[in-house]
Amino acid sequence: MDWEKQKFFGTSLETEDFKKGRILTVQWKPALDYFYDTGIAIGRYLEGLREGKLTGVKCRKCRRIMVPPRSFCEWCFRPVDGFVDLKDTGVVQTFSLCYITWDMKRSKDPEIPAVIAIDGASPKMGIMHLLGEVNPEQVKIEMRVKAVWKKPEERIGSITDIKYFKPVK
Amino acid sequence: MGLGKVAVVGAGMTKFVRRSLETPKELSWAAVKMALDSCNLTIDDIDAVCIGSAPDAFDGVHMKGEYLLDGSGGWRKPVMRSYVGGGTGVFTPIQGWYHIASGMFNNVLVVCEEKMSSCQPHPQGAFITIFDHTTERPLGPNLLWIFALEMNRYMTVHGLNKKDIALVSVKNKKNALDHPCAQIAENITVQDVLNSEVLAWPVQRLDVSPPSDGAVALVLSSEHYAKRITDKPVWIEGVGWCLDSAYWTDRDLYYPKYVEYAARMAYKMAGIREPRKEINIVEPYDPFDYKELHHLEGLLLADKGEAPKLTALGVTQRNGNMPVCPSGGLLGVGNPIAAAGLMKIAEIFWQLRGEAGKRQVPGKPRRGLAQAWGDLMQVGTVVVMGI
Repeated sequence: MDWEKQKFFGTSLETEDFKKGRILTVQWKPALDYFYDTGIAIGRYLEGLREGKLTGVKCRKCRRIMVPPRSFCEWCFRPVDGFVDLKDTGVVQTFSLCYITWDMKRSKDPEIPAVIAIDGASPKMGIMHLLGEVNPEQVKIEMRVKAVWKKPEERIGSITDIKYFKPVK
Repeated sequence: MGLGKVAVVGAGMTKFVRRSLETPKELSWAAVKMALDSCNLTIDDIDAVCIGSAPDAFDGVHMKGEYLLDGSGGWRKPVMRSYVGGGTGVFTPIQGWYHIASGMFNNVLVVCEEKMSSCQPHPQGAFITIFDHTTERPLGPNLLWIFALEMNRYMTVHGLNKKDIALVSVKNKKNALDHPCAQIAENITVQDVLNSEVLAWPVQRLDVSPPSDGAVALVLSSEHYAKRITDKPVWIEGVGWCLDSAYWTDRDLYYPKYVEYAARMAYKMAGIREPRKEINIVEPYDPFDYKELHHLEGLLLADKGEAPKLTALGVTQRNGNMPVCPSGGLLGVGNPIAAAGLMKIAEIFWQLRGEAGKRQVPGKPRRGLAQAWGDLMQVGTVVVMGI
């Protein structure tokens, strides 16, 4: 292998090539809708959210209380032993201050996604959600937070029935 | 175990670029042609083809393996595409390895291709569906979230600063200056990284590898054939892979346990008891600067939380005791997902043969490791190679 003599394939295109119409492209925009069924365990989870509570499941064999709920324990590979009501409070495990959208557009104020370990579930067992009513500079790992719910009549059985989690003392 | 020995005997790659004129088939063809030429074989010598490529959503092409087949030399041959997220580029050669180690085939092509630029306005959009459709996607996530969440957890648990981590980006982009296929090689400083645009704190612009187009191909051969094809076969001594739960919010993200299990599997097969003494060069997966550190720890090549110190001490420089990403990595050469992982295997191949040109690490390395990672922080793939 002689790196000096070897010719490498690959023609890099620049924005200018497109502006000046030097490159031909064909565009395709998929128009598809997907309707995802909830399944058994997440169906119950969403019902719980509509009622203003978080739901987990327990496995008697590994003694874990898990959230999000699932119908089977992936460790023990057996059916879980029922649903458990959890608290709507928890502890921030990690977070980010996100200034861009999925299509790389910038936003002025950050979104604050976080993993929140839910009280009542096994240690470090958490869900992803957003933080709100907080100064971004004051968010800390290990901070205690509580769910801020939509009004009962606005809840539809979705993870967004919780608007966000806010700090609690 | 009754498994046959398998060697890498040839390698080829295209340039990695932000947007290539060439189609995925043309990129694959070019990489395969170079790999075959490098070991004086023709497509008629090839018994089977293993293709690796990321989700169909990037190209908007269904059955991407079948689409890539003609450009990959797969016409009327046993062909299969494998996919394990970002881990694909190091998994596909493992697939090639068991094709041969099993005794089924003698000469196998491994081809990894990615063209991310077709997906507009940004290929990040194709990643959104990795999040759970019911419990996560309604929150409007983007791919950077998972990296930012993992990086923050890693930094906080070990009390690391951004400047400890930025050194990785500086090193890899500099190493890439010596790679003729590199997309974003440059001389930058730690301060440049710290001053770059904040995308999703703690992730900043210069912490991240770019989306890319490109292809890489390898020729793998059984012992009998390898010894006739080349005087410098590079043996695949150990392989390992492991996947963790997709319930990623239930795991502590500070440490990639699944990478450790994949590494232990590969070390055991290679008869490696003390990886820090026995592995001479490392190409861990570095789509973000912290990932190189995170993976060195998962690979048991650094104590937990100590990889940044190795970087600061220069141990991981090309002329250090354990060169890490001498190629320039994904941060410097570019990140066409599956092709980026296979580029790491090709780099170890060139380095162990003493053919890495300006990138050659000193001291005649005898053993190297390449690793990739992917999906919801859950895939570890590892290959150990030696001469």
